[in-house]
Amino acid sequence: MIRFDNVHKRYPNGREALSGVTFSLERGELAFLTGPSGAGKSTLLRLVALIERPTRGTVLVNNQNTARLPRRKIPGFRQRLGVVFQDHKLLHDRSVFDNVALPLVIAGATRRETERRVRAALDQVGLLGRETHPPITLSTGEQQRVGIARAVAGRPDVLIADEPTGNLDPELSREIMQLFARFNEVGVTLLIATHDLELIEGMPHRRLKLVDGQLAADSGKAA
Amino acid sequence: MSALLRALGRYVDLHLQNFVDALRRLAGQPFATLMTLLVIAIALALPAGLRVTLSNLGAVSSAWQVAADFTAYLKLEVGADRARALAREIDARDDVAQVRLVDRAAALAEFRERSGLGEALAELDGNPLPDALVIRPTSGIDADVAAVAAAIRSLPEVDLVQVDTAWVARLRAILALAGRVVNLATVLLAVAVAMVVGNTIRLEINQRRVEIEVTKLVGGTDGFIRRPFLYLGLCYGLGGAVLAAALIAVTLALLAAPVRTLAGLYGSDFELAGLSLRELAILIGGGALLGWAGAGLATARHLRAIEPT
Repeated sequence: MIRFDNVHKRYPNGREALSGVTFSLERGELAFLTGPSGAGKSTLLRLVALIERPTRGTVLVNNQNTARLPRRKIPGFRQRLGVVFQDHKLLHDRSVFDNVALPLVIAGATRRETERRVRAALDQVGLLGRETHPPITLSTGEQQRVGIARAVAGRPDVLIADEPTGNLDPELSREIMQLFARFNEVGVTLLIATHDLELIEGMPHRRLKLVDGQLAADSGKAA
Repeated sequence: MSALLRALGRYVDLHLQNFVDALRRLAGQPFATLMTLLVIAIALALPAGLRVTLSNLGAVSSAWQVAADFTAYLKLEVGADRARALAREIDARDDVAQVRLVDRAAALAEFRERSGLGEALAELDGNPLPDALVIRPTSGIDADVAAVAAAIRSLPEVDLVQVDTAWVARLRAILALAGRVVNLATVLLAVAVAMVVGNTIRLEINQRRVEIEVTKLVGGTDGFIRRPFLYLGLCYGLGGAVLAAALIAVTLALLAAPVRTLAGLYGSDFELAGLSLRELAILIGGGALLGWAGAGLATARHLRAIEPT
């Protein structure tokens, strides 16, 4: 589903954020991307979401070589990808419903279908009934769950999350991680970056550890 | 078929939503919106108003068709019978619409009455005034009038032809020049309207950076991201044009009474004409188009530069 082959990413200022990263994530797998901050976790996810392109090596997502994808095909590519951000990136001039509905509206879903799928997504994150609220009136944990609902509303093949629990207390963080695990159980492929090892302790999923832009450890496919 | 209809329905739905959203955004910041609309309205009302003024002046000058009339004075030795016959002959010409004979006796009587020189005239032996023909050519075009005048001047009975259309020709030339100036001003102000809208949209794009980034991140196409801004531009242009039409209507209403008084003094029942339905359609359609175009330029230039980071 996601395949990195000897991927390098060097920024214009000369810093090499990733050097020679190789791994592959199968369909239906959940992997945690760990490592200290500055190790290149965000860069790796940005390469998956095509926010950036590798300097060297190939990144395949859904069997598509991201280096060969022309600009005009990026929107379609991203529509099949769900992204969760540390800072939620919710739009504060519209309701929870409209935030979650955005990818569906973009994809051209009918009004009825949009309504159904937004409700389903909000139900999954436990926020059904809050559709009309503006995001700003929700707690940080709830806002993050709205962000997750938005990422899954379009039923993406792959979901990536960059420090999704970065601003949350341990209790809320565990809830969020359990939510991701549930998505994985129904077949979604997930790649989640986190520096919080304590949080994922006891979770049986695969871990990829980045140190200084290199893959330092790979626990391999979970049993 | 029904799938096609559904797709069409979705499309219309999406555009309608964009339009309503644009209106809501404008209403959300009424003061800034009003300022922008006013600038656009003034830029549109100027050329439109000048055009209305010109077409009113044109109407006035064509009411002065009389001015194309000219007078042919006959030689004194031409008798009254011959003068009447000549009037009939000239009237029969294709290029002459109408001939009025002012016979010398009537002319003298009128002159005596109007000039107040009655007693002095009585001292004269005989009538010094000739018979005269007031001729109205079929065509009001200067060259045609001159041609008829030349033909009449060459008749043996005619002593003198007096054509006094030069000032009408001058007025028309001035109007034509003014028309050209208004055309140029229209082009310049149309560009100004597109620029004003474009700049407003540019500011709006900067304000909505986060929204644009997030929309790109979840797979929004360029078209999807552009559309709300295009509708915003359309609303600015449309609103400005409607406001411009209102400005012109109010101005004309304020001028109607004094114009009527002035026209009355000249014995005319002239009324100011406003924008015709066609002109109104051009103003509003043009305004909307300029708004759309201005927004199109701004989005083409600035949206591409915003990429998620």
